Amino acid sequence: MSEKEELAPEIKEKLKSEFQKPWRQELRRSVPVKERTKIPRQKMPERPPEVRNQDFREVNLGLEAEVARLEARRCLDCANPSCVQGCPVAIDIPTFVKLVEVGDFIQAVRKIKETNSLPAICGRVCPQETQCEAVCNLKKATGVPVAIGNLERFVADFEREAGEVFIPSLPPPTGKKVAVIGAGPAGLTVAGDLAKKGHQVTIFEALHVAGGVLVYGIPEFRLPKKILQAEVEYLKRLGVEIKLNFVVGKTATLDDLRAEGYEAFFIGTGAGLPNFMKIPGENLIGVYSANEYLTRVNLMRAYDFPRYDTPVLVGRRVAVIGGGNVAMDSVRTAKRLGAERAMIIYRRSRHEMPAREEEVKHAEEEGIEFHFLTVPIRYIGDEYGRVKAMECQRMELGEPDSSGRRRPVPVPGSEFITEVDLVVVAIGQSPNPLIPQTTPGLKVEKWGNLEVDWATMATSLEGVYAGGDIVRGGATVILAMGDGRRAAAAIDAYLRNGTRQ
Amino acid sequence: MARIVQRVKLVPNIHLLEVEAPEVARKARPGQFIILMPDERGERIPLTLADWDAKKGTATSIFMVVGTSTEKLARLKAGDEIPVYVGPLGRPSEIGHFGTVLCAGGCFGIAAIYPLARAYKEAGNRVITVLDVRARYLLYWQDKLRKVSDELHIASRDDQVLPQEYIPYRLQKLLAEGEKVERVHVVGCTYLMASCAEATKPLGIKTIVSLNPIMLDGTGMCGACRVSVAGGTKFACVDGPDFDGHAVDWAELYARRRAYEPQEVLSLCELEKNLFPAEGQL
Repeated sequence: MSEKEELAPEIKEKLKSEFQKPWRQELRRSVPVKERTKIPRQKMPERPPEVRNQDFREVNLGLEAEVARLEARRCLDCANPSCVQGCPVAIDIPTFVKLVEVGDFIQAVRKIKETNSLPAICGRVCPQETQCEAVCNLKKATGVPVAIGNLERFVADFEREAGEVFIPSLPPPTGKKVAVIGAGPAGLTVAGDLAKKGHQVTIFEALHVAGGVLVYGIPEFRLPKKILQAEVEYLKRLGVEIKLNFVVGKTATLDDLRAEGYEAFFIGTGAGLPNFMKIPGENLIGVYSANEYLTRVNLMRAYDFPRYDTPVLVGRRVAVIGGGNVAMDSVRTAKRLGAERAMIIYRRSRHEMPAREEEVKHAEEEGIEFHFLTVPIRYIGDEYGRVKAMECQRMELGEPDSSGRRRPVPVPGSEFITEVDLVVVAIGQSPNPLIPQTTPGLKVEKWGNLEVDWATMATSLEGVYAGGDIVRGGATVILAMGDGRRAAAAIDAYLRNGTRQ
Repeated sequence: MARIVQRVKLVPNIHLLEVEAPEVARKARPGQFIILMPDERGERIPLTLADWDAKKGTATSIFMVVGTSTEKLARLKAGDEIPVYVGPLGRPSEIGHFGTVLCAGGCFGIAAIYPLARAYKEAGNRVITVLDVRARYLLYWQDKLRKVSDELHIASRDDQVLPQEYIPYRLQKLLAEGEKVERVHVVGCTYLMASCAEATKPLGIKTIVSLNPIMLDGTGMCGACRVSVAGGTKFACVDGPDFDGHAVDWAELYARRRAYEPQEVLSLCELEKNLFPAEGQL
């Protein structure tokens, strides 16, 4: 699935009718384009690096209302808004931004919620610089796009803090039961959408807290837990039931649930299987998967040990292997837990790093070391089986590979040993196999991803849909939510017509 | 929340925990485990399922008090609720008609071996059960086990029960006496399992062990429970907990189980401080 697809005609039609509304026309006329382009991009206020790298409180503080309105004024309200095309769920960005400009923050967030049920989360964790903001026409004109993500976060926070969270009036119950498996971003989206259509939705979650990667993976300093809790509370108010501590595939199979009267299913169990490099010493004590490291700290609150019972090893010299967002989250966590040296070890160069620009910038400010074109080849342990060093090899960039990025090639004779006492392997995850293994007839692709029809997210089984990382293998929150949105529409149609489209 | 039906001390330091968990009880198979959290700030710890009653809707585990989590569990009583009780997890043991199966269990493994002995018996095997206790007063469930075993042996270092011996020597002796055994299944602490596997290795008898590494989520998501088996890495929670005892890298498992020893001591001190605040001030 590409995000750069042409917008559907009905979306284009809607954008156009909003664009032509008198208040928009008037607003466009009230400030000349020249003046709009002169306004500098408003900075997101952040806590100082040397303070924030000592604790787990949020780094970004959020915009003030007047600053948000000023930022919104930068938006040129283009007739052909490419930003919408850049958004995986096609939020009507110009309308919400212009509502911010006139100060109607509540209407602005409701506009977003027409297509994105989790704006407070997406405003914080979406890679806007490669999506909506990358194609913003203001960027083409001035080089600096509208801060769409910061505005999204602002209106969502405004609504929550004002206590005015809007509960839509629900249609009469359809009497149809839907099982959503996994309470991550994809599952939460599906549940919200289907509850609003009057279906009876139950989310089954293996862990003891809802949120999936949003709760076990993304740290508090990037996404405070209270934001997620508010979203989960919202779903409950829509009538969604959440069954925690329930492992579909173990506690009950999908077929068991079918026998209990569930008519449609959404599988959003994520990429819950950490990859390792299969190099010597990877099972030494002090070598963690990023999933384990972050789960201990975030979900189990090991940063507050021994007040909480789950411990985490605190490294003095910490090496995090990888260059994605999970690697950034891990290395910044290590720093906060007291590492003297917290290092990113990445096999390509800075240019190829998949992490969001903001995360890399924040990490650099917080004193994280970056070692590019370097790859570990083995870990060395002490007599207790604890990691004490790692051997690395230098790389250089060769020809582009299938992903278009230049392939790293080892430099012969460049091996060197460096002292480390904690290693976090953040080189990606594979889809969790529990459900495919226990659901006969469910088709998987080569790497264990579920096979789906991308338009409807339907799997090979009647009434069973899937989305997020169990399908994509390791993507973003917003893509998972986009999948959820499409799946919910298809599930609703399926439940109403009794057949799949 | 899951409600405790009963928590009783069977012998010093070993407790039985029966929990209302109808979904677990309905699906449980021998060899599987559950993960629980004793309270909101607790750890997620795995316990082997020792028994279950689908009709009554309860599941039972036996645990030994070794650290903070089990100390907290030992203080629960009937009617209390715990925030997490999830399962059944792991792959069920392979139960088949093998001929003669030797089931060996020590400390909490005496209970954990019970559903296995029962299942092997039901599958038509001759079941020889060998239990290991440090001293006679630590023995429990022998009547339950006798009912599902053709023979029951007890290895002990109690000078009241002669001969004094450790379980692997008893296994060796039984096998040397000409007992033809097709399969050995061992559950207990790492040392007991490793030494039993070592005892049967020269004889080439297939020996299954139920590994007990540190776990976190129990669904394959984190990899805390990595074990090296036959040169490859396995996740005990989803690939196990049963493995071929002759192929396990025991040294690595010992080390990994001790990964948090200093933190465990610190955590216990913290618990005692909270439990006995006045004494902490002395």
